[in-house]
Amino acid sequence: MNAKGRVHKFGDNVDTDVIIPARYLNTASHKELAAHCMEDIDAEFVNKVQAGDIMVAEKNFGCGSSREHAPIAIKASGISCVIASTFARIFYRNSINIGLPILECDEAAREISDGDVVSVDFNTGVITDETTGKTYQAEPFPEFIQNIIQKGGLIKSIT
Amino acid sequence: MGMTMSQKILAAHAGLDEVKAGQLINAKLDMVLGNDVTSPVAINVFEENGATAVFDNTKIAMIMDHFTPNKDIKAATLVQQTRRFANKYDIKNFMDVGMMGIEHALLPEKGLVGPGCLCIGADSHTCTYGALGAFSTGVGSTDMAAGMISGKAWFKVPSAIRFNLVGKPAPYISGKDVILHIIGEIGVDGALYKSMEFVGEGLKYLNIDDRLCIANMAIEAGAKNGIFPVDDITREYCDGRYQGTPVEYTADEDAVYDEEYTIDLSTLRPTVSFPHLPENTRTVDEIADGEVKIDQCVIGSCTNGRISDLRAAAEIMKGRHIARGVRCIVIPGTQAIWLQAMHEGLFDIFVEAGAVVSTPTCGPCLGGHMGILAAGEKAVSTTNRNFVGRMGHVDSEVYLASPAVAAASAVKGYITDPAKV
Repeated sequence: MNAKGRVHKFGDNVDTDVIIPARYLNTASHKELAAHCMEDIDAEFVNKVQAGDIMVAEKNFGCGSSREHAPIAIKASGISCVIASTFARIFYRNSINIGLPILECDEAAREISDGDVVSVDFNTGVITDETTGKTYQAEPFPEFIQNIIQKGGLIKSIT
Repeated sequence: MGMTMSQKILAAHAGLDEVKAGQLINAKLDMVLGNDVTSPVAINVFEENGATAVFDNTKIAMIMDHFTPNKDIKAATLVQQTRRFANKYDIKNFMDVGMMGIEHALLPEKGLVGPGCLCIGADSHTCTYGALGAFSTGVGSTDMAAGMISGKAWFKVPSAIRFNLVGKPAPYISGKDVILHIIGEIGVDGALYKSMEFVGEGLKYLNIDDRLCIANMAIEAGAKNGIFPVDDITREYCDGRYQGTPVEYTADEDAVYDEEYTIDLSTLRPTVSFPHLPENTRTVDEIADGEVKIDQCVIGSCTNGRISDLRAAAEIMKGRHIARGVRCIVIPGTQAIWLQAMHEGLFDIFVEAGAVVSTPTCGPCLGGHMGILAAGEKAVSTTNRNFVGRMGHVDSEVYLASPAVAAASAVKGYITDPAKV
């Protein structure tokens, strides 16, 4: 499994309130949530994002609320993968559970620039910035989590 | 190797004699929680995957608190979906308007969580119940769905940071000042993935409401959970209330901690978190009179909507009036707290001071309803997050503080030390 796309870059502590503001949590519709993704940090994001694009951020991405609406909004907006220095733990769980690929790699997160084209090999954890030619090695998932991903998400792994 | 309090609870629920930090385990759940925002997403996952039964209809709580009483048609539809599911599966702890309260004030009060229990909740502030000696943590809606089906959840066993609390806090210093001080010290990712264990002789000065407030905001330091040992204060609160069987866990003497901090409660000052992160703390001594003029004051939430909080605010407001131009909104956390506050005469004090009293709701804390900010407005709030746009417009600001600081600031019209009112 691979991803390749243009990078949308964010900084530290991107919280779930800016990923999907609570005023839109009166719906569970993936399409409606995607229409407001990142609205309070980058109002133009939903107009710029294209299917397959990659989100890169620095430390503590997804901090705050447990709202699964946050990774749902990101996934439904077309983002194929999120790379960050670190993720907040509930966002990390939720992403695995709903099948949004995420990778922790501090060096890549700091060095990759907005607008770069990046490719990711999920099997090896190798991230390639095709704009600069530099490659990075992300932390691989533990086997336990790989098993959840391979089975198609948490629910399918327990039923 | 010794285990921490959190590790012991996880081991017991996983049927293991011992667990180590980093180990991935499956553990049995005593309580699975959701609210009106997260339950519908979990119900969709539950139904889309063809589930036809819940693991135990007494161990699931669905509390309609975020946008209730329903703020609009979409919110009403989410509650309706949850109500129908709860009726279909006979979910005993489905709480709608009239029974509901803010979930993290309500579950301890109703005795649905207690010492030694393992709870997950599709709400990040589920970590609140660690105040009672429980292992309790926030998860997402898919985890909630899986928990409702199987009665289990997977956990990566956390390492821990120990906070040794010593000394006696000065007047006007509450649990909120303790946790804001700690978050200011370690940062919003200072305890990422870890347990925050609060111990020490200073605990005897922290009542159950202070502890619930401290554990509640463990997530604001990135923690997986916050936890307190069980003592007489816990037992007095839980006896005759907790519906399960309490089990008291203490950390082994040789338990290993990633870091240890000593917090001298006697040196703490009233503390405020400035926009837009809870770690941006200043004491009231570092804020000049009139420096931060406020448009709104919110006293409530799962952090500070309990009876001690309302008493602290009323003590300041008694015989005084809210400053002209400030809207002050008081939100008791549950129906029982609401009644108690009414019987104690606190509502007379609030209303005569020019504040309004709401029914229980999360409401303005997350910018839902009942007190949304316009562009450029500032609020002092006893809630837990001050992220960009949290209480309304993306150009509004939230300052986090204790009930005493919030009430004093409402009276003065700017953020101030309660001792100056």
